[in-house]
Amino acid sequence: MNSATLLLDLYRTMARIRAFENAAEIASQGGVAAWGLAANAKPALVRGPLHLSTGQEAVAVGVCKHLSRRDLLTSTHRGHGHTLAKGASVVTMMCELFGRATGTNQGKGGSMHIADFSIGMLGANGVVAAGIPIAVGAAHALKIKREPHVVACFFGDGAVNRGPFLEGLNWAQVYELPVLFVCEDNRISATTPTAPMTAGEGATARARSLGLDGLTVDGNDVTAVHDAAQTLIEQIRAGGGPRFLHALTYRFKGHVSVDPGTYRDAAEVEAALLSDPLTLARAKLLGLGVTAGDVDAVDAAAHAEIAAALAAAEAAPWPEPADAYQDIADTGAGTWR
Amino acid sequence: MALMTYAQAAATALGDLMRVDDTVVALGEDLGRGGVFGQYRGLQAEFGAQRVIDTPISEAGIVGAAVGMALAGLRPVVEMRVIDFALCAIDEIVNQAAKNRFMFGGQGRVPLVMRLPIGIWSASAAQHSQSLEAWFAHIPGLVVVTPATPQDNHGLLRAALASGDPVVYMEHKELWGTQAEVDTDEVIALGKACTARAGGDLTLVTWSRGVQPSLDAAQVLSDRGISAEVIDLRTLWPWDRDAVLASCARTKRLLVVHEAVQVAGFGAEVAATVAEALNIPVKRLGAPRIPVGYAQPLENESRLSVDKIVTAAKGFFA
Repeated sequence: MNSATLLLDLYRTMARIRAFENAAEIASQGGVAAWGLAANAKPALVRGPLHLSTGQEAVAVGVCKHLSRRDLLTSTHRGHGHTLAKGASVVTMMCELFGRATGTNQGKGGSMHIADFSIGMLGANGVVAAGIPIAVGAAHALKIKREPHVVACFFGDGAVNRGPFLEGLNWAQVYELPVLFVCEDNRISATTPTAPMTAGEGATARARSLGLDGLTVDGNDVTAVHDAAQTLIEQIRAGGGPRFLHALTYRFKGHVSVDPGTYRDAAEVEAALLSDPLTLARAKLLGLGVTAGDVDAVDAAAHAEIAAALAAAEAAPWPEPADAYQDIADTGAGTWR
Repeated sequence: MALMTYAQAAATALGDLMRVDDTVVALGEDLGRGGVFGQYRGLQAEFGAQRVIDTPISEAGIVGAAVGMALAGLRPVVEMRVIDFALCAIDEIVNQAAKNRFMFGGQGRVPLVMRLPIGIWSASAAQHSQSLEAWFAHIPGLVVVTPATPQDNHGLLRAALASGDPVVYMEHKELWGTQAEVDTDEVIALGKACTARAGGDLTLVTWSRGVQPSLDAAQVLSDRGISAEVIDLRTLWPWDRDAVLASCARTKRLLVVHEAVQVAGFGAEVAATVAEALNIPVKRLGAPRIPVGYAQPLENESRLSVDKIVTAAKGFFA
């Protein structure tokens, strides 16, 4: 694959994530009557918290490009990009956000718990850093079963201050497990800057202190993420044990979709928008001789695909109340009171 | 039949399963040397360090990793040493293991047995003596098992391992050395109580370390002309309401006995269920709402005793 073809492919997935999240954001307005906003008279199509990864697409796309459906992935509460880049259908994903029976989780999880086990995506998680030990355990199982796959474990910069980060990285290193830890560093922990609350030199230094090699990369440059992830995943597949990728990026939106994020410095946001990973990739594509028309066509196709997903989700059936009693446990099934 | 301790019965059940199912692994602190109570003795020598895994002191990591292992096709058994340490892994137990199947729409299963030894033992004081079964009985998605005898620790562990669900398996630390004949072919179903003693005047419902003093109390009561039936629930979720209600319908009196703190204990659930269904007098006997003290006179305040059970039971006949 020449570099223009590869980059256009990466751009296409980023554009699909961007279109998906932009559509979901609009569909969520009024969904959470928090942050001082009153609920709209019309109920939102996407209820509940919707954590957008807008601006962070290059990290998900650059890493997941190297994963097959048999490789595994754990995600965060901000997991649409990881899920889509891993290969999930935007239709079943949108259905899940709409809470429909045809969603990836049959409407039981929503955005914050989106998962598609059929493509090795083991779930977004409502608890910061909770996916780390789960990823490590999945990798431990792969090693015990001698399966030649790897696990990509995504988490944010806030997660490095939680205990499971230490426990999980230590574990992966001690048992030499096939995990790529990806710290998606968007510089903010919910609504508070991470740096003043993080001692020492941060994520990479903490990983290095446990003996994990890794790379720090411009997380807005999808090619850079792609190349760094390729190097690290090749080392992991060769039996080198876990690796650490620290991707520096920025969250364009608030913590959840109805949070305008006004607590941030306007100049900081404005500067970050200049490093929009899609804008950067588009400029690079034009430099490689791809025409603006070709890139526009990718955007238009993504938009059309998501429009169809929205329509499908709105028309999809709701779960039945009886479904609330399904898939809890087999032992004692039916005796829920 | 073979003479076994409560600890050996569990090791036998686990070893027998590991021999026929190579997806079963055990992980936790100090498992290689047999577990701190000997309940894994011999297993690492037989199955190797890759299947009987010594872990770092990382309780959240242990349970979280076990969830990941389960999702990737293994059937892990997790050891927490004492239930008090499992509190370091409460997110992993409650939010991750218990919720996984439902929250992800049935895409995955977490066949995971978490062994969380409970109870007062060897003057272990406030942080190594708790009985927190009610916490876990409250959580949808968890099965809660509380074996009282070597036979039950064999049969119930086997049932837990076969269930395919996340199971909180609570052995009582003071029972590890209890010895009895064990029939390794006996099948015990989760959710089935056992009538440890038949009687007609009063039903004592109990579990775990509460069973033996309840049986002893029933003997004392019998000497005084009161015939007490003793029901060992064996599992708290699901719990055998049919057996309890059938017994109470006959005896017209219920006393629930447990070592855990009485306030908001599982005895309240049993008592309320019986009172709602049968409108008969019910009583509870559990520990006062105090931390377990170190000195014997302090610890005794939290312990069950035959006298306490007899006194509570006689209250029905005053």
